[in-house]
Amino acid sequence: MDHLAVLVVIVPLMSAPVCVLLDRSRPAWLTSLVAAWFSFGAAVMLLLRVSAEGPLRYSLGGWEAPWGIEFRIDVLGGYVLLIVTAVAALVMVFARHSVEQEIPHDRIARFYAALLLVFAGLAGITVTGDAFNLFVFLEISSLASYAAISMGRDRRALSASFQYLVMGTIGATFILIGIGMLYMMTGTLNMIDLAARLPEVSDSRTVRAGFAFLTVGIGLKLALFPLHLWLPNAYAYAPSTVTAFLAATATKVAVYALLRFVLEIFGVEFSLHAMPLDRILVFLGLLGILSGSLVAVFQRDLKRMLAYSSVAQIGYMVLGIGLASVTGVTAAILHVFNHALMKGALFLALGAVAYRVGAVTLREFAGMGQRLPWTTAAIVLGGLSLIGVPPTAGFVSKWYLVLGTLEQGLWLVAMLVLFGSLLALIYVWKLVEAAYFKPPPANAAAVAEAPLSMLVPVWTLVAANIYFGLYTDVSVGLASRVAHDLVGGGG
Amino acid sequence: MSGLPGLYNYWIAVFLMMAGFYVVISQGNLVKKLVGLSLFQTSVFIFYISMGKVADGHAPILAEGVTVYSNPLPHVLILTAIVVGVATTAVGLALVVRINEAYGSVEEDEIQARDNAADKATGRSGGSGESPRT
Amino acid sequence: MVLLAFLVLIALAAIRMRDLFIVVMLFSVYSLMTAALFMDLDAVDVAFTEAAVGAGVTGVLMLSTLRLTGRWERRPSHGPLLPLIVVGITGAALIYGTLDAPLLGDPAAPVQQHVAPRYIEQGPVEVGMPNMVTAVLASYRGFDTFGETFVIFTAGIAVLLLLGIQEGPETRPGRTAIGDQLVLRVVVKMVIPLILLYALYVQFHGDFGAGGGFQAGVILATAFVLYDLVFGEGDARLVVPPSWLHRLGALGVLLYGAVGLYALFAGKPFLDYSALAHDPVHGQHLGVLLVELGVGITVFSIVLAIFYALSGRRKAS
Repeated sequence: MDHLAVLVVIVPLMSAPVCVLLDRSRPAWLTSLVAAWFSFGAAVMLLLRVSAEGPLRYSLGGWEAPWGIEFRIDVLGGYVLLIVTAVAALVMVFARHSVEQEIPHDRIARFYAALLLVFAGLAGITVTGDAFNLFVFLEISSLASYAAISMGRDRRALSASFQYLVMGTIGATFILIGIGMLYMMTGTLNMIDLAARLPEVSDSRTVRAGFAFLTVGIGLKLALFPLHLWLPNAYAYAPSTVTAFLAATATKVAVYALLRFVLEIFGVEFSLHAMPLDRILVFLGLLGILSGSLVAVFQRDLKRMLAYSSVAQIGYMVLGIGLASVTGVTAAILHVFNHALMKGALFLALGAVAYRVGAVTLREFAGMGQRLPWTTAAIVLGGLSLIGVPPTAGFVSKWYLVLGTLEQGLWLVAMLVLFGSLLALIYVWKLVEAAYFKPPPANAAAVAEAPLSMLVPVWTLVAANIYFGLYTDVSVGLASRVAHDLVGGGG
Repeated sequence: MSGLPGLYNYWIAVFLMMAGFYVVISQGNLVKKLVGLSLFQTSVFIFYISMGKVADGHAPILAEGVTVYSNPLPHVLILTAIVVGVATTAVGLALVVRINEAYGSVEEDEIQARDNAADKATGRSGGSGESPRT
Repeated sequence: MVLLAFLVLIALAAIRMRDLFIVVMLFSVYSLMTAALFMDLDAVDVAFTEAAVGAGVTGVLMLSTLRLTGRWERRPSHGPLLPLIVVGITGAALIYGTLDAPLLGDPAAPVQQHVAPRYIEQGPVEVGMPNMVTAVLASYRGFDTFGETFVIFTAGIAVLLLLGIQEGPETRPGRTAIGDQLVLRVVVKMVIPLILLYALYVQFHGDFGAGGGFQAGVILATAFVLYDLVFGEGDARLVVPPSWLHRLGALGVLLYGAVGLYALFAGKPFLDYSALAHDPVHGQHLGVLLVELGVGITVFSIVLAIFYALSGRRKAS
């Protein structure tokens, strides 16, 4: 049982070289599928266990921390791990047909290897208990995602990937500098150990500078406004599977890293009270919500529209953290989960449209309600969740977020959050209008729905959006428990 | 060198980091950006290795008659970071080669201009640039 | 410190140069000087790696790219003001951060206190090898190194996804990029066996002296790069066919992982080498030997694959 903690990462990690050795598309896909579902199962068992018995520690190499590296899974880590593995499992089902169409045949095996590396890297970040090891996993997933994004068919996938590489590497180097400064003052790299030793030296300028570099570095990876410039093009031009997987997981893991470092290792007292990070996060979160939503309204390419919407959604999460209250952090953590559900559903559904129709702009989307009724319905439901209409999951997290702002009497912030939803309503409406109220283009060929292996993952996520909108016990229960652990009752 | 003022190394390292960082964000040539990125990372290595140094210490390899060793841990971390650095550079260079083939340029503003022109020509985004496959 | 002053000069020169060939050369020199600085700071293993990777491999890869993309940089059209402000703020934050930092060489600094003493005092005993860097790298923090091997492997996959390794007229046997140079041929023919021998020495002597799998892999790859440059890519590819390389790279990381899994099946934590033999220290030795071998194989094959991918690329017409 204990070994599951390491297998959940090692199995997908080591499946990547296996894919390269197999070097044929079908076996590589099958390997990836099995690895992802194994990890998903392991993540479910791990989360059940840590929520019942408390954090699980696993010393790699048999060297106890802080001398060796340890994995440490608590409810927060287990929760994000579950999101990553669940999305991976569904995306791998979806991938088979989509990848066969979008990726040159002789590169499919390596493409799956890259996908597995992205996945394993992200999973590794959520379970490791060592700050430097987190950096290593971050680099595995980043390098693999640069490669995966660049496989998009448009040449802009290449320049987008390069831009992401430059900004991502700057971010990672900032994180490296930050970790170095913390190590300099504490002599340790272990997260628990850091949290215990930092208060003694938290007055020093070195720790403050380290804090700033870590936050900015994670902010770059998180696409926190105004560090988000790499995200829209990267998501818009990547292959469908890659966009869906990254949009649903990569930024979530960055939110996790922010929570881990800011709230746990540095502690609420230092990060949000001694340093003015709370106000900065609220401010940047709001700017992200407004600018992201506003730009999304004017996009004609649907993937780009949703990518800008992601910038706005990240704003909601960051805003929740900035509130520094149990309700605010609960909202942020909930939105990590709910946003993975909605963006996963939306980008996968767009992938299904792309599979049948090719590029997806508003013009091509005209009359899609008749041409691909099931896929379009999924997109509309996902869109409703994005706006935050009850009874979808999106409503629940927005509800807690507004509640959190009102608790602190921040009426203006609450109004702006609602205004952001209004903007979301506009861009989702443009989609609905095109799909149901405009005739299909005259030259549109009749098309059939995408294969079941694509529709089933889409509708699974759509169903989850509605289920977690109606039955909030599990998701809200976990999120508020984590928030209590992080912020403490007094926050 | 143990007699030198204690923060000198760090300050030079900071200056070098910023020189690299400046190249990354100010230069339009993609190859030069990557050189800047490597310069930036290499200078961070200097920062790390400096903190592991112990005055009058020796390289952390067990030897007769030596009692003071420098800290091996920063060395290990930086060995890993060097690998990460060269890996990133290699991927970046491969991307540059492909960008050059697809756009006929490795200058940032020219690439941008070509994307904008393609947008205007087709009236929508993502229309024209089917990149060549190999 | 003269070295540091030189570094500053090189960095400034690299910013000003428009000839990218010179910029890359300056970068290589910069790496080599950094390596010298690392020697001075007691980091022999790091110096070794920086010299091989920064000055060697990175330089060669960058030059291979310049062959395809052109040597001259255009003057940037936008002004340097905004970047200067960003850099200024970042630099000021860093300087601010160092103000409270422990002085260089201070033996009482926190870095020297908490975790490090065990590596220095117990490393040679528990892991049983005099080189503490290797002990930490391959055993205490062996999982980081496992990840590091995957980083290199990932880079290989990424480059092969992007470029593949092309076959063309230049890569047929008997063609060389620099023409038939008799003196070079004779010299290189004598040097290559020495490099190969040295690579093996570095591979298996990492427990005692500076070096290990990573350095050995790079050195081995350089031997082939040198052969390639002088005798032609076609001949080099006859010795090590490109289609082997990614498979070899995959086998290397799998070897590392297999050692970890073996411990798992023996009921010990992942990568616990003491499971490999009855005597824990003996097990550590065996474990480090095997994982370093895996690292060496992967690094060698991936570095060579990346070189083939860039150098064998045809120029876009």
